Amino acid sequence: MRYVLKMVNLDCANCAARMERFISKIPQVDKVSVSFLSQKMILETPEETFEETLKEINEICRIIHRDTYVLGK
Amino acid sequence: MSKNKIVFWRICICLLICAVALLCEHVFVLPPWVSITLFVLAYIVVAYDIVLDAFYDIIHGQVFGENLLMTIATVGAFFIEEFIEAVAVMLLYQIGEAFQRYALGKSRNSIAALVSIRPETATIVRDGEQVEVHPAEIEIGQNFLVKPGERIALDGIVVEGSCTIDTSTITGESVPVFVQKGDKVISGCICLDGTLTVQSTSDYDNCTVAQILDMVENATFNKAPAEKFITKFSRYYTPVVVILAVLIAIVPPLFLQNWAVWIKRAMMFLFVSCPCALVISIPLGFFGGIAACSKKGILIKGSNYLEMLSKINLFAFDKTGTLTKGKFDIVNVYPQENKQQVLKLAAIAEQYSTHPIAQCILASTAPQCSATVQEIAGKGIVAKTADITILCGNASLMTENQVEFEQSSSKTVVYVAENGKFVGYVELADQLKEDSITAIAKLHKMGANTAMLTGDNDHIAKEIATQLGIGKTYSQLLPQEKATIVQNLKTQGNKVAFVGDGINDAPVLATADVGIAMGAMGSDIAIQTADIVLMQDNPTALSTAVNISKKTLKVVKQNIVISLVIKFAVLILSAIGLLDTIAFGLVIAILADVGVCVVAILNSMRTMLPPRK
Repeated sequence: MRYVLKMVNLDCANCAARMERFISKIPQVDKVSVSFLSQKMILETPEETFEETLKEINEICRIIHRDTYVLGK
Repeated sequence: MSKNKIVFWRICICLLICAVALLCEHVFVLPPWVSITLFVLAYIVVAYDIVLDAFYDIIHGQVFGENLLMTIATVGAFFIEEFIEAVAVMLLYQIGEAFQRYALGKSRNSIAALVSIRPETATIVRDGEQVEVHPAEIEIGQNFLVKPGERIALDGIVVEGSCTIDTSTITGESVPVFVQKGDKVISGCICLDGTLTVQSTSDYDNCTVAQILDMVENATFNKAPAEKFITKFSRYYTPVVVILAVLIAIVPPLFLQNWAVWIKRAMMFLFVSCPCALVISIPLGFFGGIAACSKKGILIKGSNYLEMLSKINLFAFDKTGTLTKGKFDIVNVYPQENKQQVLKLAAIAEQYSTHPIAQCILASTAPQCSATVQEIAGKGIVAKTADITILCGNASLMTENQVEFEQSSSKTVVYVAENGKFVGYVELADQLKEDSITAIAKLHKMGANTAMLTGDNDHIAKEIATQLGIGKTYSQLLPQEKATIVQNLKTQGNKVAFVGDGINDAPVLATADVGIAMGAMGSDIAIQTADIVLMQDNPTALSTAVNISKKTLKVVKQNIVISLVIKFAVLILSAIGLLDTIAFGLVIAILADVGVCVVAILNSMRTMLPPRK
């Protein structure tokens, strides 16, 4: 499934690039793109594990930048 | 209050406190602790969030963040009693960041404005009254009103009224189009001078406008090689810079003893190393290019295709519907003096056929009576009315029925016979689009080659090719053979774009380096299969797209070079210590970082300017 998710407080381009790199290492993530410009994350991941994946992604985002997080669908 | 406003006030307050502190120190000559306290206060005002972020980073094991470096350097400055310097570094950093945010926000907004064509309201009639609703509430098949000046909210068919509509936001075509009852209209177009009642044929999420916006916004998902290069680059860059910084801090002092100076240089080295300018400006450049294209009715599905388009050296065209109108026109009727009779008979015979040739004949003459028809595949039609039998078709139909007839020299011709006796023939031809010749000439001028791939026979293909001045012609091809030819052209080292109408071209569109579908207004298939979609039916849009792509690539390359050169220059300066002879070495380092970033952002914005003629 492809999800388009809204990012909140993503205001550093380098952070976006790093988030993308780390999130793509999550095993169940097939492909991910964090667009600093449109403040969106496009994510390809199986539907069944989406909720868990989202949790993991949010943890990564918060580690990289204090107040960045991903809104659910 | 926006982030920038808050930062602005913090900067003002900080400057005020600094001024007071300097007065206390130099004019009133108060004891040093007074001014020191004030400087600390000023520092806290301007830098508290950076320090907090720094602590947050340490907790999460992010040792080399900008925030932490800034904090260590400035706190260090406090300890060596350079209070003003500590505050000034933070001040400048905040100003730079604010400016960067401003520039980025501006550019993001102007890109968004380019594509903000999505209508937010629509008017429907409920219980005899006009009510304004959100287009998402309108169901497929429901009627809605479009008033003068409004955007059409959903795709649909006009059921009442007529007016001219401005389709420029969707197709880039600036000449307004007249629509009336029965015509299809596309969401996003603006109704200029009348009121329409439209029956919707799509819902809000699937209408043309939604698809376009979706495509433009998600185009960054498919990264261009230039972007991938930067991602890779920054992956190795950061660790290398950190290692170098550590070496600068440790190795020279072993021989030269001067610890403080070298640690300061290492710090500076780390500051200037942030790859922000690169990371921001490259996708921004592509995004700008994609938005500029979409304004011209050219939809690009990814940065990678935009980059590839600039490298294409061979444009292969489908003929029918792409270079030609795909619609036949009657060019001659033989014998001239019996024209009405020939067309009348042909119209009776062809009246139930959906073949393009039949459509063309029927458009010129309406059938006068009904008939029982028998279609003979590949040959033509045998039609019987109450008193006559009409044969209408190609030469072999005539020969088969032993009709003596006069041969036409034309390639597309319909012979007509009445009760076994030859009456005459109708010659037809597919017409070139008005600007096909210009479009091909423009591509040649850019240095690209062209080719035409068609299913038609040799004669027709050659004729069209000479008219167009097209490079190579391949004729009598099946759809999969087109794909084979494109594949061959690719293996010969060409970068091939295929331009088609997107309907029977799926295999070849996929085979080409870039698949371009044309005249796709409202056609879902074309939008799905192609990499680039030209919304208007006009091949000159192609050269516009190539121009924009070349410009975008140029800007992106400039950005890479500018930021890398300045970055390396400042890195070297800081490492060999030229910057610490300047009073505010750190200040220069920050300016280099933010400055490069802003220059790159501004340069990226150029991609959105209209291309030079």
